[in-house]
Amino acid sequence: MNAVAWLTQGLEAVVALAAAPALLGWVNQCRAWLQNRRAPSLWQPYGTLRKLLHKEVLIAENASPLFRLAPYVTFGAMVLAAGIIPSMGTRLPLVASADAIALVGLFAAARMFMALAAMDVGTAFGTLGARREMMVGFLAEPALLMVILVASLTSSSTALPAITEALVSGHLGLSPSLAFSAVAFILVLLAENARIPVDNPATHLELTMIHEATLLEYSGRHLALMEWAAQLKLFNYVCIGFALFLPWGVAVGRIGPVGLLVAAPALALKLTAAGAGLALIETLSAKMRVMRIPEFLATAFLFAVLGLLVHVLLGA
Amino acid sequence: MPMMRWWQRARPVAGAPGVRRVSVGREEWMQVARDVAATGGVLHALWVSGTPAEGAQVYGVYLSDPGALLVELALSAGDARPYPGLQELFPAASRLQRAAFDLTGVRSSDPDRRAWLVHAEPYPFTRVEGEGVHEIAVGPVHAGTIEPGHFRFSVVGEKVLRLETHLGYVHRGLEQRFTELPILAGHRLAARVSGDSAVAFSWAYCQALEGLAGGTIPPRAAWLRAVCLELERLANHLGDLGALGNDAGFAFGLTQFSRLKEDVLRATAAAFGRRYLFDVVVPGGLAVDVSSDSARALADAIRSACAESAELRTVYDEHEGVRARFTGTGRLEPQLATQLGVLGLVGRASGQARDARVDLPCLPYTKLPVSRIVLREGDVAARVAVRFEEVQECARLLAQLLEKLPDGECSAVLEEPADGAFGIGLIEGWRGPVLVALQAGPAGTVRFCHPHDPSWQNWPALEYAILGNIVPDFPLINKSFNLSYSGVDL
Repeated sequence: MNAVAWLTQGLEAVVALAAAPALLGWVNQCRAWLQNRRAPSLWQPYGTLRKLLHKEVLIAENASPLFRLAPYVTFGAMVLAAGIIPSMGTRLPLVASADAIALVGLFAAARMFMALAAMDVGTAFGTLGARREMMVGFLAEPALLMVILVASLTSSSTALPAITEALVSGHLGLSPSLAFSAVAFILVLLAENARIPVDNPATHLELTMIHEATLLEYSGRHLALMEWAAQLKLFNYVCIGFALFLPWGVAVGRIGPVGLLVAAPALALKLTAAGAGLALIETLSAKMRVMRIPEFLATAFLFAVLGLLVHVLLGA
Repeated sequence: MPMMRWWQRARPVAGAPGVRRVSVGREEWMQVARDVAATGGVLHALWVSGTPAEGAQVYGVYLSDPGALLVELALSAGDARPYPGLQELFPAASRLQRAAFDLTGVRSSDPDRRAWLVHAEPYPFTRVEGEGVHEIAVGPVHAGTIEPGHFRFSVVGEKVLRLETHLGYVHRGLEQRFTELPILAGHRLAARVSGDSAVAFSWAYCQALEGLAGGTIPPRAAWLRAVCLELERLANHLGDLGALGNDAGFAFGLTQFSRLKEDVLRATAAAFGRRYLFDVVVPGGLAVDVSSDSARALADAIRSACAESAELRTVYDEHEGVRARFTGTGRLEPQLATQLGVLGLVGRASGQARDARVDLPCLPYTKLPVSRIVLREGDVAARVAVRFEEVQECARLLAQLLEKLPDGECSAVLEEPADGAFGIGLIEGWRGPVLVALQAGPAGTVRFCHPHDPSWQNWPALEYAILGNIVPDFPLINKSFNLSYSGVDL
């Protein structure tokens, strides 16, 4: 571990921080085009963050310190996760420090803080949102763990860099077991990031919200951090997907800042494709009833189990 | 039939086809209501003019088999006894009676004495007790740019046990304002009772005024009024169909239907000089005439919008996600709809075969039969289907109206009405039948005017349609009703 490695690590996190709003902007652009609308600028999410950062923070009188703390914890957790996920290089200090299970735990911790903060002020909508968010969470996490388990069977390790390196050095193309768990992962990604068909990020109807309802009491920089954290979460999930299923272009050896520069175009290309694909899924689907979300996530779990069975029984 | 006794006693109201008026005493007031209920009629409107001190008249309008029956109960000055309330026969009467009390101080025998339009005290909602029951208060200010209203849900988990609405947040004192305007200018205020039904309300006002002044309008004006009314229906239905898709998380529907609605609005603007048809229907006829070129352009625009709407219908019908959200959601059974006296589009989706264009047709609907679209499922899907069908029917009517447009003048001069003359206007707007009751004062003034929107009947029905559904389905169900706030807040 030397200074260059840490510098590279820092740069990777900065790239994640900087690119996350653009990914959302890109998804929104694609969605608009697919719906025959004129698209907002790619840079719109940056403008929104800038606006929110300049706005006054209003806090309910009965809010506890937890309410103020939650945005920083959530945001911090997502930045840390961005460091852990091998989005560009596998031999970085933070990447080696935590395995995929710890990563899932990190996401869970962030969710818990967000849900507690949503219930903190005691409004009906916040509680409603927190309740639904926890329901999605407790169904999505086992499916995600199962997906990771399938991937780790191929590399005999739960560490993301090991999985990535095994895939990069191994045969090209997805094995059938990974294909099943990739489908499962996409379903989990949609649910965890409050995308259609599970949640509608564009709605203004409080009664139907899941993720947005937990943010209703936030304003100013707190809201900016929460929004940014959500964008980072989407970025992180997409990058986990790349690490597990599409690792090509990730630098596998020891790299410095120059190595990142080499890995960046591949990442940009993959993000562009993933964003367009996400927008396509969202445009083609309608939002499902809240009560059907368990079915949806059970399907994800089932796909991951199928992947596991295929691997164990067929060895593929 | 017991109903015929009253019908034969009643006198026709001039200018209002199929409407008759009868004066009754206190005991007969309830007897009429019972007879109407027994023959499957519904209460359409109820209002009070006057005050307890100077004497008051209570009016009820029933939609029943032979036609619309206006019943008048006169209360003498100083008579402080409450008049018999109709809430047990017609649940919709309760809010109408409470609102009438708030406006005039004339009390009914309704045991529910909570103020409706007056918001002086906190509103006592009915509480639901039980393990795990909690309340969600929504509004009056909502996140979207919609009108204000308060919804109080009692829920267990996601399941709705009870919904109570509280409205009256946009009370503007319309009835009083009508009396301050010249009778020949009231149509402008009528158009603003509920902005999305501008044509329906201004036509109803003008119909009432023309009836009581003894005037007739040129045939061309009647035809063009129907064009305006159907255009209003078409634009609202197209807008709603998009919004319903959007509330199911299917934004593609919103963009497509918004475009179709915009096409219709632009064609309307090209023909009538305004996108939304405020102040086009005026006493005596129409404020603007349509050239034959723009009539043809309008017909073309409608034809293509209608064809695209049919194409989008297959998209909605075949989309698994959209169908899953619409089907079975917010079901209002026909039997319940009958009990509640649900009107208009919502009623037609629940087996209530009422359409004033068919039942009480005025010119040009007397010469141009409208086919009634009635479904029995009563869920969101049915309300969507009724809208889709009515879009097609609208387009068919508009094509015929524009083709057979009579030549000649499009407005006539109205004479000043006599003091005390009384008129009724009843027009099937896009939401349902709207009614305007108008009484002239001396020298071209208004003594009394009451506008009635079918939302009065349908708001209580919404509270039943949501029962047993889950909280996040409420916005979709609410949108499928799409009721007016300002129309009932007066």
